[in-house]
Amino acid sequence: MSPEHYALRVNGKLRKVDAHPMARLLDVLRFDLQLTGTKEGCGEGECGACSVLMNGELVNSCLIPVAQADGAVIETVEGLGEDERLHAVQRAFLECGGAQCGMCTPGMLVAAAYLLRKNPHPDVAAIREGLNGNLCRCTGYMRIFEAVERAVSG
Amino acid sequence: MGQERIVGKPALRKEGMAKVCGRAQYIDDLTMPGMLHGATVRSSIARGRILGIEFGEGIPWDEFVIVTATDIRGENEIALINHDWPCLAAQVVNHPEEPIVLLAHADRHLLPKAVAAVRVSYEEWPAVFSMEESERRDPVIWGEDNVFKTFLMEKGNMDLAWAGADLIVEGEYTTGAQEHLYIENNGAIAAYSAEEGLTVWGSLQCPFYVHKSLVKMTGLPEQKVRIVQVETGGAFGGKEDYPSMIGAHAALLAMKSGKPVKIVYDRAEDMAATTKRHPSRVRHRTAVTREGKLLGAEIEIALDGGAYSTLSPTVLSRATIHAGGAYYWPNIRVRSKTLATNCPPHGAFRGFGAPQTLFAMERHMDHVAEALGMAPDELRRRNFLRPGQTTTTGQVIGEDIDLQHLMERALAESRYNEKRERFARENAGAGLKKKGIGLAAFLHGSGFTGSGERYLNSLAAMDMTGEGKARVLVSSTEFGQGTNTILCQIAAETLGIEYDAVEMGPPDTSVVPNTGPTVASRTSMVVGKLVHSAAVGLKKTLLASGLLREGYSTEEFVAAARTYVARYGQLRAEARYEAPPGVHWDDQQYRGEAYAAYAWAVYVAEVTVDLTTCGVTVDDFVAVQEVGRVLNPVLATGQIEGGVAQGIGWALYEKVVWGRGRMQNNQMTNYIIPTSQDIPPIRIFFEERPFGHGAYGAKGIGELPMDGPAPAILNAIAHAMGRQFDSVPLLPEDIFREMTVREPEREVVAL
Ligand code: FES
Ligand code: FES
Repeated sequence: MSPEHYALRVNGKLRKVDAHPMARLLDVLRFDLQLTGTKEGCGEGECGACSVLMNGELVNSCLIPVAQADGAVIETVEGLGEDERLHAVQRAFLECGGAQCGMCTPGMLVAAAYLLRKNPHPDVAAIREGLNGNLCRCTGYMRIFEAVERAVSG
Repeated sequence: MGQERIVGKPALRKEGMAKVCGRAQYIDDLTMPGMLHGATVRSSIARGRILGIEFGEGIPWDEFVIVTATDIRGENEIALINHDWPCLAAQVVNHPEEPIVLLAHADRHLLPKAVAAVRVSYEEWPAVFSMEESERRDPVIWGEDNVFKTFLMEKGNMDLAWAGADLIVEGEYTTGAQEHLYIENNGAIAAYSAEEGLTVWGSLQCPFYVHKSLVKMTGLPEQKVRIVQVETGGAFGGKEDYPSMIGAHAALLAMKSGKPVKIVYDRAEDMAATTKRHPSRVRHRTAVTREGKLLGAEIEIALDGGAYSTLSPTVLSRATIHAGGAYYWPNIRVRSKTLATNCPPHGAFRGFGAPQTLFAMERHMDHVAEALGMAPDELRRRNFLRPGQTTTTGQVIGEDIDLQHLMERALAESRYNEKRERFARENAGAGLKKKGIGLAAFLHGSGFTGSGERYLNSLAAMDMTGEGKARVLVSSTEFGQGTNTILCQIAAETLGIEYDAVEMGPPDTSVVPNTGPTVASRTSMVVGKLVHSAAVGLKKTLLASGLLREGYSTEEFVAAARTYVARYGQLRAEARYEAPPGVHWDDQQYRGEAYAAYAWAVYVAEVTVDLTTCGVTVDDFVAVQEVGRVLNPVLATGQIEGGVAQGIGWALYEKVVWGRGRMQNNQMTNYIIPTSQDIPPIRIFFEERPFGHGAYGAKGIGELPMDGPAPAILNAIAHAMGRQFDSVPLLPEDIFREMTVREPEREVVAL
């Protein structure tokens, strides 16, 4: 199959790409659109490092062929916030030590932001459940839970 | 202690902003103009001779760069301790997944098909797949006897111990391989030109290890090889040895093609081909009196090193020294060996041999306690090392340690005694959920073993940048543990300026001096001390120049430093390692000061075992430790929590399934690490006793938390079930199997 044209709204901007229909959304973001914030940890839907929001839902971008994302609204870590305008979860991760090596962090932040959008006041059990698709090998998760709690309490 | 402005405070992670914004650039985030992608053709058999390599139909081979062992101009060797680990297999292969051919192409999508089209034919040879087969030398696959290294460590006279014993308790303990499972796989990019030489960027821990290895492999002069660490997404020891391999492969392809080449493994390749924690078997035979006084121990250690010796001798060394645990042994004999088998080499992994032997020691202590009819905490209380006593290597405990106090605190925080009694009572009922609580007490030596630090002879420096920032120049790398932050805190504190006025120099061998590898829990204590000394030097120079007066502000410091640089060209200070006084080590006898300092800890785990599913959940975890001064409480807590989680994984979840020397479950779907729902609340407590020779009193911290969880959890399971398990990982199927057989009698000899 030859490349096709696709249009995605990524972090608020309309982006056009020519890609193979089966190209992974992850690769389109990282290599075609140079949005390398989204990471690959496993390529098989297990680790959540590649988590992004697609039409408001949390997905593993390594499992989404770009054809399926045509016309979709995509939000990645780069769209959460930056420096002076950090999202509450980004600030809390920074302060609570939620990021160590940082490799799970973009996906974890997107999942945490999604959790808070769905449930603005999660208890610890809801936080644990909400993040169970995102593996972290560094932190043992405690600093991450604390960060999400801090983001909730502001 | 307590006077500092920055040390001991939760300074924000230096590179934290880049990480939470998704701006941090890891190896796979980088590309270069004209860059090719590389891939590796690997051995499909465990052992044999390579008869031929065929390049199959349907692939435009003329578009590919192809490298085999014959392209290597220097030594075909990854330089570590011995000279046995080839960069590419030439005539023989010794394990599955051994690299044989390298391919590169501009289109990475073509590579998997091309790799599959390369057919290697072999004459297959018999191989060994377990330590027992290796011990039987059936066949000999390495050296004369399949043994990479042995140690014999003796103190006192074991004959006296046996003669005085009321009881002799024996046990055998085994641990499995463990995959590091850093979330970022191994990767490297290499570029080469005759003028510039070779540059390798990589996800790695030890730039100068890779440098040494590549100088040897390429035959290039030292100054023509440059290694740059890029943001590294987790390592845990797994990027201590292997980056020399993948870096060498990228370099060979780049040198042959004249183009930059990137090799990044996918998860399946990383898991199948790279190093893991050494599987172990430890046998204990202990002489003890009725009153619970330990008289002596005979300990036999065997580690499975895999097909090449790599770092196994040093892993074995640490395993040997830690084998006696945190106890006073008047007499002890430890014999250890590491054996060759035909699986990929096992390598460095957080703890470096100590988790294996401490697992055995701490399970064994519970067995000894049971044989004596004594509480596990009481037996430990009666035998803890005290100041003035000697360790198994004869090192006098000079630090003011108080293990009993550490344990009392852990028991109180976990409400151990009350729960131990209550669970025992409740477990006697008919319920199918049994609860248990168990503890482990242990130590971990900080820094390189024995004379290691002296040989490393590390050098650190500080300078001022053109922008007026004070810069830390070290080869110690950041891969999540907090190196950047801690070293900048130390520098800022010492210079008397703000934390934000200090930055890290690039981890680039052409810029920074060799501060040694980032391993062995040495960064805070050893490198931190060097940065402290360099900062003192920098400040002195500036004060002596008359440009700065005591009582300065950060702004005044920066202004003075800029003037100094403008006037004299550069402002730079260096510091070289000096051994703390009284550190002597005998490498032959394995006697003396094994480590300049030890970190100490007592951990308590509380578990529930569901007799219906045979599943174990850890309900609570208390970790009390003494790591000297805590330089950054948020980072230190995170280090301990992360290590505890890895320890829980090693104990209960993470099983490497082997089939003829190859990992069969090399996917995250089949190799399970703990998720956010598997980890109990981990409660961390620090006892701060500043160490006189570390930076601001710091000792090592990174590896310690790997040592305690597995024995504490298995001790808790034994308490819950009244059955003894002496192997990790302990999966539900293992518990099920044990429940269907009768408990075998344990070896206890009453004399
Ligand atoms: S990379 Fe997509 S889930 Fe791991
Ligand atoms: S911070 Fe390293 S994997 Fe989560």
